Parts: sequence; C-alpha cells; structure tokens
Amino acid sequence: MKKVLFIALLGLILKSCTNTSEEKLPILGEREPIEKTVDGKVVIDTLYQSIPAFSYFNQDSILISDKDFDNKIYVSDFFFTSCNTICPIMHRNMLNVYNKYKGDSKVKFLSHTIDIKYDLPSRLKKYATKLGLEGNQWEFVHGSRDSIFNIAAKSYLVAAYEDNTDPQGLVHQGWFILVDTKKRIRGAYDGTKEDQVKQLMLDMDILLKEEFGDAK
Amino acid sequence: MRNSLIYTVLLALGIGVSVQSCQDENSLDYKRYYVNGKRIYEKSCQSCHGADGKGLGTLYPPLTDTTYLKLNKNQLSCIIRNGQQGEIKINNITYDEIMPGNETLADIDIAQVIVYITNSFGNKQGFYDTEAVTSDLKTCK
Repeated sequence: MKKVLFIALLGLILKSCTNTSEEKLPILGEREPIEKTVDGKVVIDTLYQSIPAFSYFNQDSILISDKDFDNKIYVSDFFFTSCNTICPIMHRNMLNVYNKYKGDSKVKFLSHTIDIKYDLPSRLKKYATKLGLEGNQWEFVHGSRDSIFNIAAKSYLVAAYEDNTDPQGLVHQGWFILVDTKKRIRGAYDGTKEDQVKQLMLDMDILLKEEFGDAK
Repeated sequence: MRNSLIYTVLLALGIGVSVQSCQDENSLDYKRYYVNGKRIYEKSCQSCHGADGKGLGTLYPPLTDTTYLKLNKNQLSCIIRNGQQGEIKINNITYDEIMPGNETLADIDIAQVIVYITNSFGNKQGFYDTEAVTSDLKTCK
C-alpha cells in the first residue's frame, strides 16, 4: 500500500515537473528584490542576474557588442582553437544546434576564445571557415584576458582559467549557456553530452515560443 | 571398408579441428586488438576524429579514406606516436591543422588502434601486429 502511494506521488511530482518545464524555462543565477513604483504604488519586483554589456572583436575583426544580441536568444560557450580535448566534441555538437537554427534571425551563437595570445580574429576566421560556417550568426570572439575570464566566471558561470599544470595551459568547462532576449540565463547544458545538447534544442524551442510566440 | 570410412571421417575431423583452432588463434588476436583499439580510440582520437570517424569540417580529417590508409599504412604508427603537421590530402580535400602526438602509447597500443581504425568506418584491412608497428616506428622522420 505504501509502495503504491509512493509511486503515485512520484508520478505526480514527475508529471508536474515536466508540465512546468514544457511551458517555461527557469531563470538561473542570482536574483534580488527591488522596489519600484507602479501607478503611485510601491511594489516589489525581482531583479535577475543578466549578462552585462560587452564588446569584442569577432572573426571578421569587427567590434561587436551585446547590442548585436538584442531581441535574440543566443547560446554561448568558451573554447580555444588548438584545444584537442573537449572543444572538438563541443563544436561538433554546437554545429548540430547551429544547423537546426541556421538562417533564423532570432537565434545567435557566441563562442569566446580563452586563448588570448594565439586566437586572434584571423585565426578564429580560419577556424570558423573550416567548420563550414559563413556569415555571422555564429560569432567567434576575441577579447582581453580580464574581460573574457571575468564574463565567464561572473556572468555565464563557466569556469575558465589559465593553468600551468595543464598540458595545454588552459582549462575550461564545456557548458553551453542559453541566454534569453533580456540577457538572462535560461539553461546550462554540457556541450560534450549529446543528450544534453538535444535538451538544449528542445529548450530553445520553448524559449523561442515564450519570447516570440508560436512563430519559429 | 567400414574401417576405412571411419578413418577418413576421423582424419577429416582432425584436420578440420586443427585448421579451426589456428583460425581461432588469429581471429582471437584480431578481436582482442580491435576491442582494445576501440577503447584507445575513444580516449585518444575520438574527440577530434569523431565516433563515426568522419572528423569535423576541414579542421580534423576523416578516417574513411581507405586508399590513403592503405597506401600509408607503414606511416600510421609514426603519425599516431609523433603527430602530424603540414598539408595532407584526404578524400581529395586538403587539411593542414596540427595533430598532437601520443607519446604515451606503447607499440602494442598503436597496433591495436591501427587495427581498430583500419577495420572501422568502412575500412576492412585485417590484422596488423605489434612487430610491424615496432619496425615502422624505426623509420619515423
């Protein structure tokens, strides 16, 4: 009897979980309450963590900024072109995501190199071309050491750092971070795992629906 | 008459069994190399060359060019051990990234991974033993 009850409860919990996740993705990161005045009344609202303003050079040596991601959802990651451990797996998977949304002006991709010294825009261009990419729906960006490592750790919540004990001198996690049109983090997926990348694509559809209505 | 029939059957059986056991010995080695090679491939090669051996764009070449693998079979050990630099043409496409070496792989590991690669992804080139790898490695530039 107890067992039956337990299973029934579990079923209920699972069901409610899937139901909510089908409708809306969670908003991740820190949040704080703020007071604001609406129609003369003071109300409490929530301020969510969001990606701050940034500007980097992309693979075409053009200075791009957060403005280029306004009114778009985007997927962000950290990598470097000579990385031969997790990066090829990440970008093999990211390429699948890219191909699904190729040409969709509401979706962008943003890969930050953490190899500040060698991955100059010309090298990023070569890398992008060899991946078979054209245009700038998928941006590969180069920035200063501080700006890249700071935005990784503080904004996208991805660990990336230089480490002399590593054979390649650079260590980073393989997260794909899904960001909404308000620059808030709506999902984090292990870019080396195929099932998580599939989940990312499902979640992107959910997010697109939330942000832009049914039109995909 | 009856006896000779029995002898013939027994003889045939005997030959059959010994041939069979020889084949088993060879195919056992092959299987062992292939299985171990797969494990090494997954750990050291798959990230760039892919689970399906198709590589990635024109960054990392595929391992599906049977002709290249056949013509350069005695070079494979050196490439796996020491890496590869400069332009190479695979399936008529030029690749020129740097492949890192695998200095920690023993000769037998290299033989096993060669057996795996040259018998996967549409390749079917049979067994390659450790001695061949050892002698190939002496010719590395």
